[in-house]
Amino acid sequence: MTIRSVETKYMERREQLMRSLMNLDRRTFLRVSGAAAAVAVSEGLGHAHSFQPVSVTGTGRAGEVTPFGFAYISDSHLYERKVNDRFIRSLLRAVDDVNALDPQPDFVLYGGDLAQLGQPGEIDLGAQILKELKAPVKMMVGEHDWYFDLGEKWRSMFGKDVYSFDHKGIHFVVLNSVVEEDFWTARGLTPMERMKTVAGLDNRSQSNFQVGPAQREWLQKDLQPYPDDSPVIVFSHSPLYHLYQAWNFWTIDAPEVQRILSRFQRVTVVHGHTHQLLTNRIGNIHFHGLLSTAWPWPYAPQGLPELTIQMNRPNPFNPQDGCGDGRVEVHPDGLVDKVYDLWNRNSVTVAREYLTSNGLQKRPAAANVPTY
Amino acid sequence: MKTSPSRLLRPSLLLCGLTVAACAVSRGSEGGAAARAGESVQVELCDGETKLALQSAPTTRAEGQAAADAMMASWKAKNLDKDWEQAVRSRHWIAPMHDNSAVLTPGQGAGDPGRAFNERDLLVWKRETERTVLEGARIFHSGDELGSTIAVSCDMCHPDAANTHPETYPKYQTQIGKTVLLRDMINWCLQHPVRAEKLAEDDARMRSLEAYIYAQRTGTPLAYGKH
Repeated sequence: MTIRSVETKYMERREQLMRSLMNLDRRTFLRVSGAAAAVAVSEGLGHAHSFQPVSVTGTGRAGEVTPFGFAYISDSHLYERKVNDRFIRSLLRAVDDVNALDPQPDFVLYGGDLAQLGQPGEIDLGAQILKELKAPVKMMVGEHDWYFDLGEKWRSMFGKDVYSFDHKGIHFVVLNSVVEEDFWTARGLTPMERMKTVAGLDNRSQSNFQVGPAQREWLQKDLQPYPDDSPVIVFSHSPLYHLYQAWNFWTIDAPEVQRILSRFQRVTVVHGHTHQLLTNRIGNIHFHGLLSTAWPWPYAPQGLPELTIQMNRPNPFNPQDGCGDGRVEVHPDGLVDKVYDLWNRNSVTVAREYLTSNGLQKRPAAANVPTY
Repeated sequence: MKTSPSRLLRPSLLLCGLTVAACAVSRGSEGGAAARAGESVQVELCDGETKLALQSAPTTRAEGQAAADAMMASWKAKNLDKDWEQAVRSRHWIAPMHDNSAVLTPGQGAGDPGRAFNERDLLVWKRETERTVLEGARIFHSGDELGSTIAVSCDMCHPDAANTHPETYPKYQTQIGKTVLLRDMINWCLQHPVRAEKLAEDDARMRSLEAYIYAQRTGTPLAYGKH
């Protein structure tokens, strides 16, 4: 159990209140302020004024962000129910987690690999479960969704695999980073053989992931209207850097994508695929991994970024250990705190200050059962 | 689907084919009134099914080899996954086996003829050992061969056999209630995350799985009891 100081609890409550105030009209605002002041006094948290919001962040101008939060669920690897219901139950658990968040997130990022073998039945099932989420869902594609029919079913359910949108002062970009060069035609593989080849993380007979020239060109154009001080958040299924090639913890053209993003002062990349707590920073770009609901991956034998504080090695005797879901808290400066809500464990927060200070401040606790 | 016994036999067939073919041929040429009379001689592969009729018993090594090759070709045509070893190699990284060439030093075996090795010995060691490891890699990556009822295979948590720690056994595992060996943990995983029947300790699949897992961790010092 986490022991939090009175001050920490106070700051958390205050932050939560501040967030909930952002969308209120003036009359409700005053009523809530009054109530908050009363609560603060009754809890002995100092004099009433200390807890009254005195300003609300404006919106609209570039680089000015209304703080908000979004949640994520990722890498559920669903089989159809008759094959395996364990991964289905795990996704349902994540949906319950996210629906229980109060306040609700502005949206939920689904980080890719909804299906295990890209089967239409798997994608249908996943879509049906994700409909239960109260908040809107932003979908991203993973290789397990893609390589049975090259994304046909996925796109018919969820629309474009590459898109962007603006939300409360942040420009969001969703990429398809799992594009592989054709290794299947020459070998005469069936769609299922192709899918199963890509589905094996340690299967060397596939190509590597890339964003590809077409998407990079699109990205360049998409970002063009935004000034350098606009905060940008990018979603990619695979890490947009080079970590460990053999497991595709790797995107071949990541350096080119980083170059396109490098003119922005505040960039965050959130990626799935690695099923673990993973932190990196390259220049102004902060990178965060996502947890899987299905199973955790071991840390790669080499290439782990220096800033990554490993999570404890998953305990095989503890079902769903090392799995989970989580949240991203976006601050007024456009940078984010990444929260890993690990099932059966305490949550871990990788604060933006940890990255901006290059690991000097707000260092998360190190694992006592590390990978070896 | 489970591994059929015939599938497990195949690797050894490839090697023994040559030997047994040679034996069968030599029996034919010894016993053979029929052969001497110029009638056909039938030779048989160790699978008991593949047969070859020859005009006469081979008398030279080259003729024997040709007969053996012909039977192996016919066996391979009937067994479409004959190239499974190559297929496993193309899919999965296998840690390199220890290089035994140091035993071939000049003068080796002097005073100890049983230890006089040649290139062929090294080849047999490598081929046979790696075959068991490759068999393990294939099973490790196949829910079907493991007998999983929920399409889960070992590599889904342990790519390249990472996080399996074979060097830490034996160790006391509280949740199992005894000091366990790697095979006990394999069986625990089969029964729980994989949802399969556990394997007998001398099951060919268990032996291969152990072989692959140990092989992948080559170079790691033993640290029994480590958690």
